[in-house]
Amino acid sequence: MNLKAKILTAAAALSLVAPAAMAQDDFEAQLKARQGQFRIMALNLGVLGGMAQGKIDYDAERAQTAADTLVAVTEIDQSLHWPEGSDSFAMNGTRAEPSIWDDNADFLAKWEDLGAAAREMQAVAGDGRQAVGAALQNVGGTCKACHDAHRTPDS
Amino acid sequence: MRRFLTILIGLAAVLAAAGWVLSAPSRLPAAATEGVTGDAAAGERIFLAGGCASCHAAADAEGAERRVLAGGAPLETDFGTFVAPNISPDPEHGIGDWSFAEFADAMLRGVSPEGRHYYPAFPYTSYTKMEMQDVADLWAFLRTLPEADAESAPSEVAFPYSLRRGIGLWKRLYLRDDFVMAHAGTEALERGRYLVEALAHCGECHTPRDRFGGPDTARWLAGAPNPSGEGRIPDITPAALGWSASDIAWYLESGFTPDYDSAGGSMADVVTNLAALEAADREAIAAYLLALE
Repeated sequence: MNLKAKILTAAAALSLVAPAAMAQDDFEAQLKARQGQFRIMALNLGVLGGMAQGKIDYDAERAQTAADTLVAVTEIDQSLHWPEGSDSFAMNGTRAEPSIWDDNADFLAKWEDLGAAAREMQAVAGDGRQAVGAALQNVGGTCKACHDAHRTPDS
Repeated sequence: MRRFLTILIGLAAVLAAAGWVLSAPSRLPAAATEGVTGDAAAGERIFLAGGCASCHAAADAEGAERRVLAGGAPLETDFGTFVAPNISPDPEHGIGDWSFAEFADAMLRGVSPEGRHYYPAFPYTSYTKMEMQDVADLWAFLRTLPEADAESAPSEVAFPYSLRRGIGLWKRLYLRDDFVMAHAGTEALERGRYLVEALAHCGECHTPRDRFGGPDTARWLAGAPNPSGEGRIPDITPAALGWSASDIAWYLESGFTPDYDSAGGSMADVVTNLAALEAADREAIAAYLLALE
């Protein structure tokens, strides 16, 4: 193959790839926003979990603050965080399954379950280590239920 | 030349006969199940530790639905697509008309009441290490569950794996009742070993498989490709995991990792099951995992 043919072939190959690459939005801002809110929850769950496990001394005020923050995150409007096409099949950097969009009602119901469990935690966070532990099992249950259905495994 | 052919044909016949004998399904001796009576209440713990509902209940079942064992989601593997059948007590579509001996053959030998090999997608490679009393307790418990009249979906398996006799030879290689961890020095380790290697069948997903689909015990629990598709099942040997005993026990109870990510995928179901066991069982699993080389 001479040089001209090589260039033509490369150009032809590129023309097949380029439109797809250009059309793809990397949704970086949306991924950072939605993943950030899960990290905020993880930090606060760490406080509550540490107390439930006895690794951190129970402190009613600190527990209440963590629970309030958890509730606050579940109340953030989600409509900007999950644009169509920002799923794990379409792009890297996310473990959000297409089922979030294909079965959006189920996803939203599970998000609401998390909100309800967080509010239960908020109601009992001041009642001592054991109450926090019991409420945490419910919160954890809602995390698992959604990750089971709508998050791809870690790679 | 004719003599040579005769010898060759004779040899082929001997090999075929040997293969037929070696690949034959082998049931338990009748004495193994005689006089063993199960306790349904004790069987619930076996049911939870064994994670039966994860495959035999509907894929999205929650709460009480996890006790309806009408058959579950398809498991897609390199060898074919396997669908866990209806094992509810329905006599026609489930296993209601089985005897205890037939159930024990299925669990411990991977052999159906009709005398066929089951595919090892049904993890009898692990269950074969179960105590007979636990099999009896589980049987008693399963019989208390609701009947479901769903027809079991057939598995779709490609040639040559569709030749079930081949499984007989596979079992000769991989169906072993000795434990991978040869010495379990304490009572907790022994319990953990029984939970991990037999009941909870952790190695079925966490241990890589060799080219014949048998567990590669030299890389025991060292992580493997996800049988149901994307991602990897993690390496849970101590150095790779880097968790303490209380981290592991807490994860199995709450589903939270040490940095408060949460279990997902198939492991979410496993945690739901293990969370219902006694704390000592989760601590025993942690002790076992930390004792791995």
